[in-house]
Amino acid sequence: MSKAVIAALVERFPDAVHAPYEGVGGDDCAFVERSRIVDVCRFLKEEPSLAFNMAPYITAVDYLGATPRFEVVYNLLSTVHNKRVRLRVKVPEGPEGVVPSVTGLWRGADWFERYCWDMYGIPFSGHPDMRRLLMYDEFEGHPLRKDYPLRGRQPLVVEREVHDIFRGPGPASRD
Amino acid sequence: MASELDGLPVIATRREEAEGFLQGLVSKSLGWARKYSLFTYPFVTACCGMEYMTMASARYDSDRFGAAMPRFSPRQADLLMVVGTVNCKQAPILQRIYEQMADPKWVMAFGVCASSGGFYDNYATVQGIDRIIPVDVYVPGCPPRPEQVLDGIMLLQKKIQNQSHKLIDRKPLPVIAGGPGR
Repeated sequence: MSKAVIAALVERFPDAVHAPYEGVGGDDCAFVERSRIVDVCRFLKEEPSLAFNMAPYITAVDYLGATPRFEVVYNLLSTVHNKRVRLRVKVPEGPEGVVPSVTGLWRGADWFERYCWDMYGIPFSGHPDMRRLLMYDEFEGHPLRKDYPLRGRQPLVVEREVHDIFRGPGPASRD
Repeated sequence: MASELDGLPVIATRREEAEGFLQGLVSKSLGWARKYSLFTYPFVTACCGMEYMTMASARYDSDRFGAAMPRFSPRQADLLMVVGTVNCKQAPILQRIYEQMADPKWVMAFGVCASSGGFYDNYATVQGIDRIIPVDVYVPGCPPRPEQVLDGIMLLQKKIQNQSHKLIDRKPLPVIAGGPGR
């Protein structure tokens, strides 16, 4: 039954939906052209036999070293037909890698797209409020990128020097 | 030159000793009063807050140790309990809350995240709140048992009891260069 979703997508958008496959857990997955993602999502939402009326999670992946480097993953849910589908969009690095926003379809996609911008630096066009979501405005860089240093802390206040910790008895080799 | 006063015992006002005795009395009584009336301000940011509720409510009951009164304004509190992870975005807020508290004030780091950052050694987390504000008692644990927290409160009470309170502050007043009188 769930094969019908991807089959309908491929039939409707033969030039925009590629390489459908069955993902872990049996969800239907497919790659979608970046410029057509809004059209594909609108079809999935507004076609009554599909009715994907919810976007529970939108996130991104950094495949460092591959071209294009990033991927935005849309996990969609149809509460009418109890179906899930996963769309993957390849995004190149840099200012040309702009993804059209789907906030016009699902208002809840707002914070997910802000999250993708904050953590991975993927810009979305047509988003009503493209700001950082979790990190502060003074933060430089995007911390979930694979080339961001693991302990790259950017403190907002001057940190005190810590010397006077009495560690008590313990292994002498402990730092 | 001898006089009739030479044979009398010398009765000197031993000012230092008298002051030391008074200071000891004042220190002891002030410390006793302060250690049993800790008004806490819980700065709860994470899951340790559940453990804080257990510790503060009837089953473990920090009221038995005189630390029962959570004040929801730092200006009325004298024990700041930092309960949970503090990240870089929150560090200025925590610092500001500490500065709003009136002296005398003490700080307890509740849980391993507040003490040292815990296992969050990443881009966002402050590696222990002692990098932002001075800390008196560290309570490790993820989350700590209520008994550990009560033990921490008792350690802090011992510390407060042993603090010395100056009866007379002999520090000279700061002189502002170029001010009046110069």
